[in-house]
Amino acid sequence: MADAATGTEAGTDSGPSQPLSRERLRRRRDDTDVESAAHSEHGSAGPPAIAAGGPRSTSVVEILGADKSFHGVQALRNLSIAVAESRISVLLGPNGAGKTTAIRLITGALKPDRGQVLVFGLDPSGPDGEEIRRQCGVVSAKPSLYDRLSGRDNLRYAAELYGLGRGAKANRRIDDAADQFGILYALEQQVGGYSTGMKTRLALARAVLHEPTLMLLDEPTSGLDPESAMAVLGMVRDMTDAGRTVLMCTHLLLEAEGLADQVVVVDDGTDLVAGRPVDLADHYWPTPTVDFTAIVGSDLDQLSRAPGVVGFQRQGPTARLELDSPGRVPQLVRRLTADGVSIEAVVPYRPSLEDLYFAIRREKLSVDVNGGGAGAGPGALPGGER
Amino acid sequence: MRLSDRPPTNWGRVVTVARTDLRQLIQARDFWLPMSLLGAAFFVVVPTILLLTITQIGSVDVMNRVSETLDVLPASAQSQIEGSSPEGKTGYALAVFLFAPVAVIVPLTISTAVGAATIVGERERGTGEFLAHSPADAREIYLGKLAASLIPGYFTVVVGFTCYSVIVNLLVGPSVGRWFFPTPQWWVMIAWVLPPFLALCLSLVLRLSARVSSTAAAQQASGLISLPLIMIAYSQATGVLFGQGYLPVVVGATAWVLALMSLRRGVRSVTRSRLLGVAN
Repeated sequence: MADAATGTEAGTDSGPSQPLSRERLRRRRDDTDVESAAHSEHGSAGPPAIAAGGPRSTSVVEILGADKSFHGVQALRNLSIAVAESRISVLLGPNGAGKTTAIRLITGALKPDRGQVLVFGLDPSGPDGEEIRRQCGVVSAKPSLYDRLSGRDNLRYAAELYGLGRGAKANRRIDDAADQFGILYALEQQVGGYSTGMKTRLALARAVLHEPTLMLLDEPTSGLDPESAMAVLGMVRDMTDAGRTVLMCTHLLLEAEGLADQVVVVDDGTDLVAGRPVDLADHYWPTPTVDFTAIVGSDLDQLSRAPGVVGFQRQGPTARLELDSPGRVPQLVRRLTADGVSIEAVVPYRPSLEDLYFAIRREKLSVDVNGGGAGAGPGALPGGER
Repeated sequence: MRLSDRPPTNWGRVVTVARTDLRQLIQARDFWLPMSLLGAAFFVVVPTILLLTITQIGSVDVMNRVSETLDVLPASAQSQIEGSSPEGKTGYALAVFLFAPVAVIVPLTISTAVGAATIVGERERGTGEFLAHSPADAREIYLGKLAASLIPGYFTVVVGFTCYSVIVNLLVGPSVGRWFFPTPQWWVMIAWVLPPFLALCLSLVLRLSARVSSTAAAQQASGLISLPLIMIAYSQATGVLFGQGYLPVVVGATAWVLALMSLRRGVRSVTRSRLLGVAN
């Protein structure tokens, strides 16, 4: 199972509106041995998890070897993911990878054809589904708002369905949620007249209205301008600061960069790999990597044969070197200086999520083509030849 | 999930779904304006013109033609006709036996139009996703949608027949010597016979709405379903009005049994996967 829940500490529970209900879920979860179910029923069919150090955290969501197909088209194949409590987990993958279907399994809107889904340790498609859905706040790729109703009526509808009622308390909560996402000023307007950004803000307000513990965000910045997208991502970060668990789906790597506490890369309905970005980077780039930049790029080519250099790749004035030890850097600088090479910069390379994503994809492609044999493998440098 | 595993129905949520659907309907002027015109035509305009023609103008030619038509009424119906003058008797017969059953068509048409769009509409607008993820049980959503489709139709019955009663009593009442409409048979018809026919029609239309891929397809297909039902409702309404004794009660009871059976089956048609539009 690709386990994004490893390597993090269990977060604290915030104080949302229905403590009794949540306590009941927690007790039920404690009674359920998720781990034994996972291993006995499904084994470890998926790719290996990138395990990190630290204590095992509580998983709010566990999808275990789930298959799902629609009209003969397989949307999920043995998908296994775990979402850690009070963290932002990002489901990263191209369009059609199965991200939305995974969210639908989590709320119990769909039932897997095979495999198991546990949310708070319970089956969302079973009798506990209502209780689980009450603890979930969902923002869909399309905002799913009623255009003919006002913003307030949309929120009121959600408030009533999620059991907040219709009284003054519910109205206060509506105002607070709308204010939190900067849409209070437009609450009396008909949603049909809203811009895409306003609709997303209202959808976010609706999703947090009942103060859920688990937020499920499916491409929440879809269709937004960069400024609004940044604002929304900031709001997502604020959600975990308030103790919520967030699972966000996106195909935009930049969106996940800096936001994700854990990443699960999915493709073709299968989880490829999961873990903290830093752990994944260490896995795919196990050796120290340094970028050298010189005024004349070709002057750096001599480093490809230098002792301790295990990988070399140059693009223009910058060469990326993989070293057997960080201690090699001063030696290499001395060597270049002695040869009269004008060095502009020496910077440790930190792979971006984009680099990571393409390294993972490249590895999968290699495994697909070679049937699991030799290939690019972990450590392959993205974007060039070795 | 077995039925016994299901949590009890949360009627508050049923009311919420129904109220929200009705609120949207009120906002949809492009829907209720033509439907109001349809109702006005059947309940107000046509009866007013015809009854005025008979009772006020008193055209001999028109009277003769209508009287010939009244001869085909069964004896049980003819014995009920009241009125002190030929114009009054003709007006009474027209008001009670000929116009009113036609108006059954209006509520059924309105409810069918609302019901056909209700579930597939959620899917088309993408709001089905919101409902599918919500704590509301599929059964509660179904019942809410059913109520939201039933209420406009029955509201039309109440408002339409109130207007119709006023018109009939004002125009024909003086000839009969009293305000006579609704007659006892009409009370039974409005309160006992019409509601189950509306429910029966809607149970089929909602099932259809949950399955088809677009509102246009739902409207087309619901026409095929509702048209025969409208004809049956019309004929039953006529029979109820012509008949006496227990007949209206029996017709209503049979319609209720059929409606409840159909509604029970219809509950299963709304599922979360259908709200999402991904049902296999």
